[in-house]
Amino acid sequence: MTQLALVIDLNVCVGCHACVTSCKQWNTSGEAGPLFDDNPYGKDPTGTFFNRVQTYEVGEFPCTETLHFPKSCLHCEDAPCVPVCPTGASYKRAEDGIVLVNYDKCIGCKYCSWACPYGAREFDEKQKVMKKCTLCVDRIYDQSIPEDRRKPACVISCPTSARLFGDVHDPESEVSIAIREGGGYQLMPEWGTKPANHYLPRRKTKIRIHEDELVRADNPLRKEDIRKEKSTDITLDDWLM
Amino acid sequence: MPHTPDTADSTALHEEVRTTTCYMCACRCGIKVHLKNGEVRFIEGNADHPLNQGVLCAKGSSGIMKQYSPGRLTKPLRRKQGADRGTGEFEEISWEETFAILEERLAKIRSTDPKKFALFTGRDQMQALTGLFARQFGTPNYAAHGGFCSVNMAAGLIYTIGGSFWEFGGPDLDRAKLFVMLGTAEDHHSNPMKMALSKFKRNGGRFISVNPVRTGYSAIADEWIPIKPGTDGALLLALVHEIIKQGLYDRDFLVKYSNAAELVNQDPRSPEYGMFVRFEVPPEEGCFDPQNKLWWDREMDRPVSTMTLGVDPRLLGEFTLPDGTRVKTAFELLKDRVAEYTPEWAAGITGIPVETIKRLAHEMGVTARDQKIELPIAWTDVWENEHQTVTGNPVAFHAMRGLAAHSNGFHTIRTLGILMSLLGTIDRPGGFRHKAPFPRPIPPCPKTPKSPDDVQPDTPLNGMPLGWPADPDDLFVDDEGKPVRIDKAFSWEYPLSVHGLMHNVITNAWRGDPYKIDTLLIFMANMAWNSTMNAEQVRKMLNDKEEDGSYKIPFIAVCDAFQSEMVAFADLVLPDTTYLERHDVMSMLDRPISEFDGPVDSVRIPVVPPTGECKPFQEVLIELGTRLRLPAFVDKAGQRKYRDYPDFIVNFETAPNSGMGFLAGWRGKGGEKSMKGEPNPNQWQMYEKNNCVFQYHLPKSYQYMRNWNQGYLQWAQAHGMTRHAEPINIHIYSEVLQKFRLAAQGKGQGRQPPEHLRKRVETYFDPLPFYFEPLEASLTDKHKYPLSAVTQRPMAMYHSWDSQNAWLRQIHTYNHLYVNPKTASAQGIVDDDWIWVESQWGKVRCMARLSEAVEPGTVWTWNAVGKASGAWNLAPEANESKLGFLLNHVISEELPPNPAGAHVSNSDPVTGQAAWYDVRVRIYKAGADEPHETSPQFETMKPAPGTGLRRPWLNYVAGKFTRGGK
Amino acid sequence: MNPAFSVIFLTTLIGVGQGLFLALFSSQTYSIVNVLPPQPGSYYALGGAIALTFLVGGLVASFFHLGHPERAWRAATQWRTSWLSREVIALPLVMGLVFVYAAVNWLGLDADLFGWGLHGQIPLIVGTLGAAATLGLFLCTSMIYGAIKFLQEWASPLTVVNFFLMGSASGFAFAAAYAAFMAPGVVEFYAGWAITLTVAAFASRAASLLRNARIKRIASIQTAIGVRHSKVQQRSMGFMGGSYNTRDYFHGKSLAFLKSVKWIFLVLVFPVPVLLLWLGLTLGNPVVYVVAFAVQYVGLLFERWFFFAQANHPQNLYYQVVG
Ligand SMILES: Nc1nc2c(c(=O)[nH]1)N[C@H]1C(S)=C(S)[C@@H](COP(=O)(O)OP(=O)(O)OC[C@H]3O[C@@H](n4cnc5c(=O)[nH]c(N)nc54)[C@H](O)[C@@H]3O)O[C@H]1N2
Ligand SMILES: Nc1nc2c(c(=O)[nH]1)N[C@H]1C(S)=C(S)[C@@H](COP(=O)(O)OP(=O)(O)OC[C@H]3O[C@@H](n4cnc5c(=O)[nH]c(N)nc54)[C@H](O)[C@@H]3O)O[C@H]1N2
Ligand code: SF4
Ligand code: SF4
Ligand code: SF4
Ligand code: SF4
Ligand code: SF4
Ligand SMILES: [Mo]
Repeated sequence: MTQLALVIDLNVCVGCHACVTSCKQWNTSGEAGPLFDDNPYGKDPTGTFFNRVQTYEVGEFPCTETLHFPKSCLHCEDAPCVPVCPTGASYKRAEDGIVLVNYDKCIGCKYCSWACPYGAREFDEKQKVMKKCTLCVDRIYDQSIPEDRRKPACVISCPTSARLFGDVHDPESEVSIAIREGGGYQLMPEWGTKPANHYLPRRKTKIRIHEDELVRADNPLRKEDIRKEKSTDITLDDWLM
Repeated sequence: MPHTPDTADSTALHEEVRTTTCYMCACRCGIKVHLKNGEVRFIEGNADHPLNQGVLCAKGSSGIMKQYSPGRLTKPLRRKQGADRGTGEFEEISWEETFAILEERLAKIRSTDPKKFALFTGRDQMQALTGLFARQFGTPNYAAHGGFCSVNMAAGLIYTIGGSFWEFGGPDLDRAKLFVMLGTAEDHHSNPMKMALSKFKRNGGRFISVNPVRTGYSAIADEWIPIKPGTDGALLLALVHEIIKQGLYDRDFLVKYSNAAELVNQDPRSPEYGMFVRFEVPPEEGCFDPQNKLWWDREMDRPVSTMTLGVDPRLLGEFTLPDGTRVKTAFELLKDRVAEYTPEWAAGITGIPVETIKRLAHEMGVTARDQKIELPIAWTDVWENEHQTVTGNPVAFHAMRGLAAHSNGFHTIRTLGILMSLLGTIDRPGGFRHKAPFPRPIPPCPKTPKSPDDVQPDTPLNGMPLGWPADPDDLFVDDEGKPVRIDKAFSWEYPLSVHGLMHNVITNAWRGDPYKIDTLLIFMANMAWNSTMNAEQVRKMLNDKEEDGSYKIPFIAVCDAFQSEMVAFADLVLPDTTYLERHDVMSMLDRPISEFDGPVDSVRIPVVPPTGECKPFQEVLIELGTRLRLPAFVDKAGQRKYRDYPDFIVNFETAPNSGMGFLAGWRGKGGEKSMKGEPNPNQWQMYEKNNCVFQYHLPKSYQYMRNWNQGYLQWAQAHGMTRHAEPINIHIYSEVLQKFRLAAQGKGQGRQPPEHLRKRVETYFDPLPFYFEPLEASLTDKHKYPLSAVTQRPMAMYHSWDSQNAWLRQIHTYNHLYVNPKTASAQGIVDDDWIWVESQWGKVRCMARLSEAVEPGTVWTWNAVGKASGAWNLAPEANESKLGFLLNHVISEELPPNPAGAHVSNSDPVTGQAAWYDVRVRIYKAGADEPHETSPQFETMKPAPGTGLRRPWLNYVAGKFTRGGK
Repeated sequence: MNPAFSVIFLTTLIGVGQGLFLALFSSQTYSIVNVLPPQPGSYYALGGAIALTFLVGGLVASFFHLGHPERAWRAATQWRTSWLSREVIALPLVMGLVFVYAAVNWLGLDADLFGWGLHGQIPLIVGTLGAAATLGLFLCTSMIYGAIKFLQEWASPLTVVNFFLMGSASGFAFAAAYAAFMAPGVVEFYAGWAITLTVAAFASRAASLLRNARIKRIASIQTAIGVRHSKVQQRSMGFMGGSYNTRDYFHGKSLAFLKSVKWIFLVLVFPVPVLLLWLGLTLGNPVVYVVAFAVQYVGLLFERWFFFAQANHPQNLYYQVVG
């Protein structure tokens, strides 16, 4: 069974928000749109976005790590948001595991969002229905899009390619390999939601310098040691036969 | 499938895809614009574009909201009679009237005193055209953003290695193993840098960031080295010290490719003191280094001419020439210079532990030495030596305004250039790589005029408005050494101000020092707000009047696409198109988007029609040039030469039949030539067919060591990119600087500085880099103002111009001052407290945000998020103006009075680079009774006529946008 | 959570309706076996109509909560998995049964169905069904909250008990007031039970407060972003003007405000009504019962507000800092 998902590599994410706005522009004019913006030119502008990039600080100065953390719907395998929906508007597709909302059925009761521990759903205040990341279901199967671009909008835009997309159930897929080899993990596993999206942690590269590497026979300084004046002191040569 | 009735019929709408170039920032990525019934549906990165290879940043992905922003200007406007500048009282006029006003005014100026017309432009990408216009007009008063942006980066490195970071070169992260980034938040190389960084990290490279703040790129660094602002010079000098001390430099590289082994006259009585000893005077002077200097032969223990075959010279040492002159190698002088710059010394200044500094030096040196790259690429150097391989040392650097925007930035950046050269990483794999048209001679050939007589009525300027002085005689001053330019560029105050000093134009024009001007034309710069220092006072100057009631700056015209703060101060407003509506070229004559492996230029082609009466500024310039009969724009009979801008681009040649024009691709009658060739009438179509980009791949053997690569240099010369196919040796020791110093010391025949500037020039024109405290700090009571305040670019905002963007402003709606918790608690400040940030110049009230990711001696905020009320057609109560703030209010454009003068620019004394990040502040809690609103506040701007409806809500769906809002 | 008034009114109003119905039905049952004096059919009918009114009031309030009330019928389809869907079925069912109950009493329908020779067998059957449905509705409503496991304040059997006891108590209090005017003979019964239920509700609500005060959070900012470090702080939630996630999941009030709401409801829902009911019993003044109910109901509005506000949604871990 296929489970499509995103794997987000925190090791390279620079927090640029490209995934945020490319998601917005694709989806507002797409099947999931329009994505409402309220007070767009006034005080406290707010709107429906499927993807947000947050920033966290880990540790204390000077040992601080700044972590950029993109988050959209994780397409949980055991999605708690689905069974609670009273109308069946929220559903998880059998064929690819994408969790979607059917706007025509949704009554806007918000109950599914209460049941999402990740805050991944957003209520559209204009259309009065629940919305969320669709994994760009209207892109990824669109045959009119060239195959290598048949990926979510956030994935094709991400400048650091921190967003990998694929089938996490296929052990040979790029995403599965990344999870396996890169220590991929899930968010709040304690809830048993089994998020399909995974995150790859930061990794550190260090260089080790050995003392003797600073000395070395080919040290160019040796070419420069200008001969010292001859010493007139007595040496062993004056004594030994 | 999710489904909404609103888009059920969307497939019925007509969709098409067009290719052009993004301009949500200066990076210039290739884009594909999807249109639905003529409205923009989706903008994606063009996968076939060399720069961004399909990716697109947050700004680029928000182009739709720029295109349909209600902040856009759509009508030419004239300030209402009697209304004050800044109040934004306008009336609509026609373009015909607009041109008539400008034509009359400019014609009069041109026929009397052309320098009374000043043209200054911001972050545009058409300096080739604006510069041409100014030159043809005959005014010296032209510059773009470089002076307030990053000229230190350009000058510091170009005067050292003949190329630079910024748009002219960069780190080869494909092959580097160690990458050190200093003072960079989000460069012009936005997407490419991000792409390269992630690839680099994934390949296991080690990434170190030196920055007082850890955000953005620095966040993913393997190591963050917090540094006190303005002290990188100390760090870099200590690194140079340690690398020389340990013998970790690339001796071979230094000997062959730099002036390190060349002998410098050490006789203080000699007029040639501090100059390289020459064995002959070159028959003909060009803007290149003649090969007429001396080495000291190790074997024979005597001087020989440089590059003598088979000679291995001394890199270190002091010698006596046969004529008795004491000489030292340049490297010996550098070693002497850095002797006192120990890691221990630097630790005290930078706040970086000694061990870290030493380790950093060792990591760099050992990686460079032991992880050598060897590519099987044969090449020939300018001395005809054949090399079987290209080698490289995989240590790469990148730096931007964290180094540049300090008054000691020039020397800091020169030190960086020297460090990179010591490690042997210039234009080699894994190190720094040039981008065409660089490398260029040190300094590059173009020069400004040299005297006031070069400015004559009805005559083009005799020289370039901006150039590269090689010695004091290249300055643009009068007989008394006073500046000819309004911004005092190329004067003794800032001799190497190669990009001008836009940040002082308004103040100087207002004060009438060095003289009064008549008309100021500002294009694409928000000089009443975020690109001006001392914004509050400058706004007053813009509106200030003489006793007779006339304006101190008589006429201000502004070309902008949006209702910016600057627009409010205009007498005449020229509404520009957006990047999706116009033709544009990113020309080799300006700053192209070249790649390491060869020149690249690109174009924009309109994908949607202009909005309202918007007119591209390019068309305005060509129309004006034609009306004013500037020679470049009219034929011999004085008749219009170019139909419009696209026609101009195709047919203009830098000189009659030079075959060189704005675009390098598809030249020649049928588009068969590149770089040079006759105009091709179908050039635009060919660009359009090819993703709007022209890329020239140099042969592999021309791609490296270009300062000395015979094949490349000859190719570059043949293709008009450089005048001389001569080697461009690295200036470890800068004779150019020494010439100015000698002049200041009263030596030599040429020009000498005015008395009050002698000391200044002598001090800062040191042929070797040295560390000095930033000027403002040295003139400030640091006990009273203990903190440094800096800004950073947010990745999702471009300067001031994205606040009108409905999507981007939801990400950055206002800004906080970020403070280390230790610093904050000393003042009893907690998160979200209202505080004052005060410098000796002024103060702003804002909100504090505690952060562990900032060095305790630094406070910082996002750049240009704060707005004046009503600007950009935002609601008067928008967060940007009520909670957002501009740090510029506490930064001065001039230094406190000092021996160099009462009104010296707050800039680098060598280059005139605006020293934004030198400001010293203190912070303290705002009173409990004070309003929870930023200070200062300004009177609300009214929406200008022609700006759009400020919709209360949006539901954007391309093809049906009309449904959004009321 | 950010309490939504529609839901506060929904749950409290149907609680009264359900409790009132239970009160009427139990008193009628008692009267059948002559433990209580019998009342005319119109008394139960009117009472049932009032209960129905409360239920309808709740339903109307709930519609304000919905984005698309016109599609509300769809909400009945997922009863297999969704407590909300079950509530959507149970509520009209209760309403229907209450209506039938009132009608049966109004029309005085009666028949000796089982040959027991007792009156009121039809009301008894309808009432029994109604009572079962009412209990079911209490279960559905409370499980909507109790079933969300990561809302730890709610995910407890106490939620079910609380909803039942507080709803019933308020219903009985109302019944007491109603009876004080219409059927003085059964006032003591209602008031007595109202006191008992209120005391029980106090016990269970206090228990849930105590429980909630010492909840050990299962999720943390560390598990939320997957970084094991003792010091992790959000610096920016990624947007500044607010969003659905900041509006609906946090009350935006201070801790002190929350505390005062807690004390207000603890006073208004429990001791004051008990005191008033007792006063009513001793003084026999019908108005006191009305006041008792009114106070308790207002208290319940506070209680329900607090119930929502106190629930700390783990999604808030992601939405802490505007920056
Ligand atoms: N405190 C502080 N101040 C700084 C800096 C800092 O780091 N800190 N950085 C400095 C630097 S490096 C720079 S480069 C400057 C940048 O400062 P500016 O050059 O002033 O840049 P912007 O404010 O983004 O934009 C200038 C104007 O261009 C307009 N514009 C946008 N698109 C178009 C178009 O297509 N056509 C026309 N005609 N106009 C357009 C915008 O509306 C805006 O009014 O700021 C400087 N100011
Ligand atoms: N998204 C976005 N991209 C942009 C722009 C934009 O506005 N938005 N602007 C464009 C323009 S015009 C420019 S000039 C470039 C500028 O590109 P950058 O130079 O990257 O821009 P700044 O924001 O000035 O970044 C300066 C960095 O230096 C650090 N810093 C300050 N002082 C010091 C110091 O003394 N030492 C060190 N080591 N670091 C220091 C600051 O913390 C900050 O991280 O960006 C371009 N790209
Ligand atoms: S686009 Fe990529 S790098 Fe940028 S914030 Fe999103 S995931 Fe991170
Ligand atoms: S992240 Fe939330 S909305 Fe998405 S599937 Fe999981 S529970 Fe549902
Ligand atoms: S808001 Fe819509 S999708 Fe969510 S639970 Fe209610 S009906 Fe289902
Ligand atoms: S997959 Fe599509 S809908 Fe989901 S976050 Fe990415 S762009 Fe948005
Ligand atoms: S970096 Fe972003 S804004 Fe700049 S040109 Fe590229 S896509 Fe456009
Ligand atoms: Mo800049």
